[in-house]
Order: sequence, then structure tokens, then C-alpha cells
Amino acid sequence: MRRWIEKQRCLLDFTLSSLLRRKGKNIALAVVYTLIVFTLASVMMFTQALKKEASLILRETPEILVQKLAAGRHDLIPLSYASRIGQIRGVAEVKGRLWGYYFDPVMGANYTVMVSEDPSLDEGEILVGKGISRLRQVYKSNILSFRGCDGNYLAFKIKGTFEAESEIIASDLVLCSESDFRRLFGTPGGYATDLTVKVKNRKEIPTIAAKILQILPDTRPIRRDEILRTYDAVFDWRGGILLAVLAGAVLAFIIFAWDRAAGLSAEERREIGILKAIGWETADVLQMKFWEGLTISLSSFLLGILLAYGHVHFFSAGLFEPVLKGWSVLYPKFKLVPYVDPYQVATLFFFTVMPYTVATIVPSWRAATIDPDSVMRY
Amino acid sequence: MIELVDIKKVFNAGKPNELTAVDGVNLGIEARQITVLKGPSGSGKTTLLSLVGCMARPTAGRIILQGREITSLPERFLTAMRRRCFGFIFQQFNLLKGISVLENVMLPAYPNGENYGALRERAMGLLAMFNLGAKAEARVEWLSGGEAQRVAIARALVNNPGVIIADEPTAHLDSRLSREFMAYMQSFKAAGKTVIIASHDPLVYESPAVDRIVDMRDGRLIAPGAAA
Amino acid sequence: MRKSDIFLRFILVNLALMGVIFFHARAKTEAHLPRLQQVGRMVEQLQLTDLCLTTEAWHTRNPSQADWHTPFQTHPLALEHFPSGAIVRPPESMRKPHAPVD
Repeated sequence: MRRWIEKQRCLLDFTLSSLLRRKGKNIALAVVYTLIVFTLASVMMFTQALKKEASLILRETPEILVQKLAAGRHDLIPLSYASRIGQIRGVAEVKGRLWGYYFDPVMGANYTVMVSEDPSLDEGEILVGKGISRLRQVYKSNILSFRGCDGNYLAFKIKGTFEAESEIIASDLVLCSESDFRRLFGTPGGYATDLTVKVKNRKEIPTIAAKILQILPDTRPIRRDEILRTYDAVFDWRGGILLAVLAGAVLAFIIFAWDRAAGLSAEERREIGILKAIGWETADVLQMKFWEGLTISLSSFLLGILLAYGHVHFFSAGLFEPVLKGWSVLYPKFKLVPYVDPYQVATLFFFTVMPYTVATIVPSWRAATIDPDSVMRY
Repeated sequence: MIELVDIKKVFNAGKPNELTAVDGVNLGIEARQITVLKGPSGSGKTTLLSLVGCMARPTAGRIILQGREITSLPERFLTAMRRRCFGFIFQQFNLLKGISVLENVMLPAYPNGENYGALRERAMGLLAMFNLGAKAEARVEWLSGGEAQRVAIARALVNNPGVIIADEPTAHLDSRLSREFMAYMQSFKAAGKTVIIASHDPLVYESPAVDRIVDMRDGRLIAPGAAA
Repeated sequence: MRKSDIFLRFILVNLALMGVIFFHARAKTEAHLPRLQQVGRMVEQLQLTDLCLTTEAWHTRNPSQADWHTPFQTHPLALEHFPSGAIVRPPESMRKPHAPVD
């Protein structure tokens, strides 16, 4: 055992000497590799953090949400439906929700406008999210005007802004009173955007949802676990863009590494011949090749992961901002729960380090089995 | 010490470029002697050398090393034994470029898994013996012909083998260095090692240090076992 | 020092840092809990159902309600499920509305 360790260390010595011979090329390779791991790991960590946040924050989301559909599209729901739902056994409370989107032409941004039950919010007063505050440069006591559905402008006084901690849910939020909402959007009295249902016994949710569908066939009940599941699926990196990027990156890398190693130059073949001639076995040569693959891939992997973590949690994934922002003008400042899933780190390891190491060994196999006397028979 | 019984080596058997490099050779190599395989190029002396040194397996025949038959040993044992018993000096030196002199000398011992510190000391000692101590960290490309030759010899000695095998060692050397080379071989003989050299250079086979010359032509011995 | 020693030390340091990361993440998660609880209360009070990840009109803010199988009003196989759908910002000319809005 001791001998084996010593031998591996010797092989590693030689591998490092060998890699240092082409310093520039190998450093470039390591940098590219690190960059790939960094990008993948950043995306992975960011989505994991968002997923964790979503699952923790949205735990208190309404138990059942009832929407009305008209010709397959979301329609206003009459408040009379609320009393009918209220009669179902097991329903604790039914409330109407009023919310909508307001497009601000000045900035080209979308805000979410919502009605709050808070009685302390008077007519003409609003609470805004930090994102809006930043965008329009408005703060407490400032006036913000909105163009109503009738073309007239409504001026609102900002009573306060939501704290920075809540940016993830309230960055684009405008909270106003019910009368203001109805005036702004022209939503007729007696209608709401949708209904929220509170249930006495959590286990009854599916049955109650089914009953709602039964008595109100033109509605669509959405359960809390469906909302949470949607978010899970959205951020689940197993599906979607990460896998595509990952598969693409891994494939490109394997092709690159294979091409580099398979086209073992005459020089490299000759060197392997020399090693065999001076007393190295095929197995020794292959072990050396293994170290060659591992040194670069393992170092790059570890560095990539560490840098990704720093990027996501100390720099709020700043490099992703342009990508995430897309067309939107308003962008929340994320301060996320740092969550590193060891399972995912391990998977990333398998998808990056292993293929590269294998791609370095396998093409060298043929060359490694050269007869030792080949160097004598030039 | 080394016995070759009816050795035959054929390359590319069955193909149009089939070549019988060694054909029915019976040879016994004595220990603690310098034996020279003499013959023109194409006579099969290089192939015979590689067979003696366990670098290749014969197509037919048996090789017996110190009483033990090694013809059909698996690669692992053959290689380990070759490392232990033989040291090779190639015509082209075959040092690895870009690697330091010291590491080149230590390379044959890496698979042994011995203690690094001891190995390094041994290698430095060898370099000192050849007055190359100062060049230990130099790249091999920077060495002169004579220095490279000495590094190649030092490398062959790192595992303290009993047999030194040299293939056309003086092909790229001038007379002075060739004589120097033979002087080294003589000192190895005096230290109890066996030396086998393949060469068609008169400076080698006419050297007084040589104990026996084996003539070869077309893969066969001309005058088997004739003394010098 | 031997090259292999330098390399092995480098790897060990990095592995140690990775270990630190795991613990740091754990510790920080604990620290975030009060904030998350507070935000959770807001969610309950305001009856919110979605996070504000992007305010692109294409995706809008309530992805869980758009449709059954397409959270963002696009098909799941569209591989666009990272918060917004664009990789880069659209060019300036495209960001202005078609006709004057006001």
C-alpha cells in the first residue's frame, strides 16, 4: 500500500512536470474548464437558492385559488361565487382578491397592482415596492401618477415602501385601496380578479377543490401544492435550460479533450514508447494519463465551484443580471438563502470531471500498449 | 547468465511486409563480461538486443535469465524484472524533452514506488559521479552531446541493474566521446556488471575492454561463440 | 518542495474550502430564517401566490396561474424556464412601443 501511494505521487510528479512543459496551453485549458464549471455551478446554485426561497416563502400561499375561465382565458370572477363556495362543508373563509398589471409607459415597466385589506391604507395612498421606488426615484410622501382606464390620471401619495428583505415578493408591487383599484382599472363592483379559499382541515383541500369545480364548472381551482410544485418544476434543474447547457458543455468538452488526446502526436507517442522502454508498464502509463486528466479537471472543478458560490452569494449572481432581466425594466435585488445541494455538486462532478478524465485516458490506451522495443526500431 | 535457445523473431507475420529479423539464434551471454554484437545494419543485432533485454517476446524459442525461463512471463513481471536487471542506453539517448535532467534520471525508478528522498539522493549521486551535479535542474535540451550521453548512462544505472545494454551508443559521438564511453563500460565491468553492446563501430568492437564479439548477418550468427 | 506535494496541498485547501462552504451555507440559512418568516407573513397577509422574479410582460408575475402545464405561457420544452426568456436584452429599437401610448 505504501508503495502504491509512493508510486502514485511519483507519477503525479511526472504528470505535473509534463503539463508544465506546455504551460500556456494547459493554463488556457484549465481556465476554460473553470469557466464552464463556474457558469454551470452558478446557474445551479442560483436556481437552487431560488427554489429553496420559493418553497419556504410560499408556504403560506392561499390554500385554494379560484379563477374564472371564459373561452379558455382568465376572466373576472363574480363575488356571488364566493358565497356559494362558502357553503361547502370544510371551507373556513372565502375572500376576493383584486390584482392586475399596470404598464408604465414612462419607464416601459410592468407593475403588479394589488388591493390590500389593511384598513390603514386610505384612499389616494399607496405602498410601493423597492424596485418601483428605485426605478421612478420616488420615496415616502412623493406622488406617483397612474393613468386610469378612462384616460384620466390618478395621483397617489406614497405612504411607504416595502423593506429590502421582501424584494423577492414585493419589488414590483403597488398596494392600494379597493376603491382606488376599481377606479384605476374599471373593475366593476361585485367582481374580483379571483377568490382565495381557506380550508379548515388541510387534508380536505383536494375534495373541496373538486367540489368547487363541480358547483362552478366555469372556474378553475388551483391548490397550494400545485403552485409550489410549479415553482419546483420551474427551478428544477433536471429539466429545462440547465440540462441543455450542461449537455452541450459536456459534449463540447469531451469532443475537445478527445481530439486533443486521440490525435496523440508522434511526439507524445514516442515519449510513451520511451517510458515503456525504460521500464514503465502499460498500467503505469495509463495511471499517469489518469493523473493528467484529473489534475486539470479536479482543480478546475473545485475552483469553479468555489468561485460560483462566491459569485452567487457574495455578489448576488451579478453576472446573471442581464440574462435574468431579459425584457423587463424593473429588476429586484436578490438576497437569497445560500443553499448548496451536495447531490447536485456530485452530479456536476460526474458530468465534468469524469468525462474529461476518461477522455484523456481512453485515447491513450492504444499508444500505451506500444511494445517497449518500438523506440529502438525507429 | 543469459541463454537464448533457438530464438526467432518475425515482424508483421502473414502480411506482405513480413520480416524475419532473427532466425534460429543460439547464444549464451557470460556474466561480468563485455559482449559486442557486431554486424551491419539490418543484421538483426538491435532486435536480438531487445530480446535479450526482455523488451520484446520472441516468435519462437526460449530465453533463460539466470536459470529462470522468462519467455512466457506476463507483462507485469517481465517489466518489473527488466527494471531491476537491465539498464538501457539508446542510440538516440531518448531523454524526455522539457523535463529536468534529474527527473529524467529518476524516471525508470518511478514505478517501483520507493521512497522519494532515497531515490533522489541516489540519482544525485549518479549525476555527481558523471560530473553533472550542477546540471541537475537543467532541461535536457540545453545539454551538449557529451553531457546528454552521460545523463543517458546515469539513467541506465538508477535501478542498479546487473546488465547494461547499449544499442549503437557511439553512432552520434566523436572519437573522444566514444573512447570515453568504452571507458565507462570498462568501469562497469570492473564493478561486476554485465555489458552487452550492439555496434558496427570499430572503436567499440576493437576496444581492449571487449571480452567477446558475436558476428551477425541476416538475423543469424556467423561464427557462433567465437572469442575476440 | 515536490510538485506533487504542492498540487496535493492545493487540492486539500480547496476541498477544505468546499467544506467551509457547506457549513457557511448552513449557518447562513439559519440566519435567513427570520427574514423568510417575515416575508412568509407578508405572503399570508397579502394573499400572494408568486415571487417577483421578472416583470417581463411575456411572463408576467403570476406564473402559477397562467395555464396548467405552461407556467410561463410557453411550452415546457421551450427550455426557457430560467426566470426570463431572453438571453440578452433586446436591441434598443425593439424596446420602444409600437405606437405612442400617451
